[in-house]
Amino acid sequence: MKKSVLLGTLAAVGVLAGAASAGTLDDVKANGVLKCGVSTGLAGFASPDANGRWEGFDVAVCRAVAAAVLGDGDAVQFVPLSTKVRFTALNSGEIDMLSRVTTWTFSRDVDLGLTFAGVNYYDGQGFMVRKDLGVGSATELDGATVCITTGTTTELNLADYFRANGMSYEPVPIETNAEAQLQYLSGACDVFTTDASALAATRATFASPDEHMVLPEIISKEPLGPVVREGDEPWSDIVRWTLNALITAEEKGVTQANVAELAASAGGDPEINRLLGTEGDLGAMLGLEADWAANAIAAVGNYGEVFEVNVGESTAIGLSRGLNALWTQGGLIYTPPFR
Amino acid sequence: MTQEPYVRTEMLSEQPAPSGQTGIVKWMRVNLFSSISNSIISLLTILVVIFALYEFLPWMLQPSWGAESLRECLNDPNITGACWGVINDRFNQLMFGFYPHESQWRPLLAFVLMLVAVAPVLFDKLPRKMVWFSALYPFLGVWLLWGGTIWGPLMVIAGFVIGVVVHKVLSNIVGSLAAIILSVLVTILWWLYGVGSIAGALSGIAPIGIAEVSSSDFGGLMLSITIGVSGIALSLPIGIVLALGRQSDMFVIKLLSVGFIEFIRGVPLITLLFTASVLLNFFLPPGTNFDLVLRVIIMVTIFASAYMAEVIRGGLAALPTGQYEAADALGLDYWQSMQLIIMPQALKISIPGIVGTFIGLFKDTTLVSIIGLLDPVGLIVSIQGTSDWNGIVWELYTFIALMFWVFTFSMSRYSMYLENKLKTSH
Repeated sequence: MKKSVLLGTLAAVGVLAGAASAGTLDDVKANGVLKCGVSTGLAGFASPDANGRWEGFDVAVCRAVAAAVLGDGDAVQFVPLSTKVRFTALNSGEIDMLSRVTTWTFSRDVDLGLTFAGVNYYDGQGFMVRKDLGVGSATELDGATVCITTGTTTELNLADYFRANGMSYEPVPIETNAEAQLQYLSGACDVFTTDASALAATRATFASPDEHMVLPEIISKEPLGPVVREGDEPWSDIVRWTLNALITAEEKGVTQANVAELAASAGGDPEINRLLGTEGDLGAMLGLEADWAANAIAAVGNYGEVFEVNVGESTAIGLSRGLNALWTQGGLIYTPPFR
Repeated sequence: MTQEPYVRTEMLSEQPAPSGQTGIVKWMRVNLFSSISNSIISLLTILVVIFALYEFLPWMLQPSWGAESLRECLNDPNITGACWGVINDRFNQLMFGFYPHESQWRPLLAFVLMLVAVAPVLFDKLPRKMVWFSALYPFLGVWLLWGGTIWGPLMVIAGFVIGVVVHKVLSNIVGSLAAIILSVLVTILWWLYGVGSIAGALSGIAPIGIAEVSSSDFGGLMLSITIGVSGIALSLPIGIVLALGRQSDMFVIKLLSVGFIEFIRGVPLITLLFTASVLLNFFLPPGTNFDLVLRVIIMVTIFASAYMAEVIRGGLAALPTGQYEAADALGLDYWQSMQLIIMPQALKISIPGIVGTFIGLFKDTTLVSIIGLLDPVGLIVSIQGTSDWNGIVWELYTFIALMFWVFTFSMSRYSMYLENKLKTSH
């Protein structure tokens, strides 16, 4: 049977190669499942539990989009992707969207043919040191040995930062985060540097987290967000506004618990009404059902709930909202109005 | 007076050998302390082994089997070493990946049947009729793993039957060569256009089948074995054909074989895997769903075949020319001489190399973690990504190393058994 599939495929190549692809939205609707690229495993952001169900902050974005488009937050096929293949997988059409702690940079946006559909997490590169090192600030790290993961923006940021501050350092290049934890704990390096969220997650796994501290300096901007292929505006609109819907829901106090009640009939707040489809026709403009946003919120909760459940202070990772608080609470999370 | 010389009148009974010449003492004297340098090496090795066990055993023997998270192990004063709870918690996942729970008997059954299917190939004392089961196994195995209607595999098998029948009928009418070509053509056309629709129609009439499982649910050791066994089973015949092709007198065949082998051997496996996982998508029409696991199996097979061909060519080259000439002198044609004279000897010489390639291939399957397939090594990252087990490392690697060792060690043992059995230079 498999052989016939293969042969049939090869025969079909010649016939279909010229045919243009329909929009991603039509493809997703036709398949009845959203193919979403995620990390192969990153604490708090994406990982399968013992039953194989994917959980995490990035995973929630996939589920929200699936719920908005297909009405079912579980209609997602998660495609675990390594750093190396993530963009090719997206560009080749193997996945419909990528939600994999991907930093929005100029060259990725402009040169690689990608469209970033927003920012779901504002991260930045930080440093972790042992407390007994007696260092209180990154500017005192002159001459330190530093564990860094190679091939990432982290490496370049580190070089820039030390040069700008006239300091020297000894790099200890490392392939994966798990290896970096071991090297740091075994004392192979004084400092471990990576995104601050990952530092917090790493520190939480130590036998005695209190002996280690994350320095206050954040030396780079790492806005992480979902990515789609360039040139499919209707689809990037859907991903962007699904994310915005989660944020607006937090602003307006729409939660997973009360969304069904609020979406049942038009209430007093016109923006909530427009968001949940009880007024206006925003859903139809996106090519979706009127209750698209209500479905997304019902599936994963609003932005604040997603944050709290996956990486928030109640979890082992224990990140505070910081930059990722709503703009009304001193953070950067802001969305254009639903109008 | 004549003195009687002393003559023993009865035989002395057999005495036990001196204690230094028997049992463990002799073994140690011969093997470990036969000379000064040997003694030094032995003592040092024993010290290293003791030291390693002294360091490793206390870490390993921990009452941590029931722990449900790394945090629990860290907080428990009784646990000072390995946190084996992760293996307990994720055992199922490490074995089957995301394969649905209620269907996990299928890969298990497929594995057991695989052992049954390879048994007659491995051990010649078993009844020969079992080979028929071995021939059917590939279809049965694929059906058990991926599921779906029973009619698909049956219709593919029917293709072979159709080919044979067409050949039988036509060979009397149009001659042997034309009959072969036509029967192959008919079979391929059947697979391309007949199988899908007829299997569909039949399953409409008699819906016999099991739940379909998508390749994306494959993972863990089961994925490694699926890729490894398919690669091993396919690469040996392809490798033999390539090795023969490389030695062929026919220029085009030789050129194609050499080109294929040298090209594939010149490219790292990981490049082929990247090609399979990302590049192929650019060439295939949008929307085609060409199974990733199938793509990987094809690439791994291609890669192993090239190496296999060279290993077997080594065996062919080691045979004296006299063997080829003797085969010719007996009046055997090419296929007969290869089948009866050359290959049995060449393959026997190549056994260590062939098994070495198999073991290498099986271990290489862990490379698929780089393209995001969740084989045991890929699952390590996933398991570390959960908040329960973030930070766990050695326990998982130790367990996976052990799993792989069981397989590779049995392969290596079998190859030694086979070499002994086939040894003719007494």
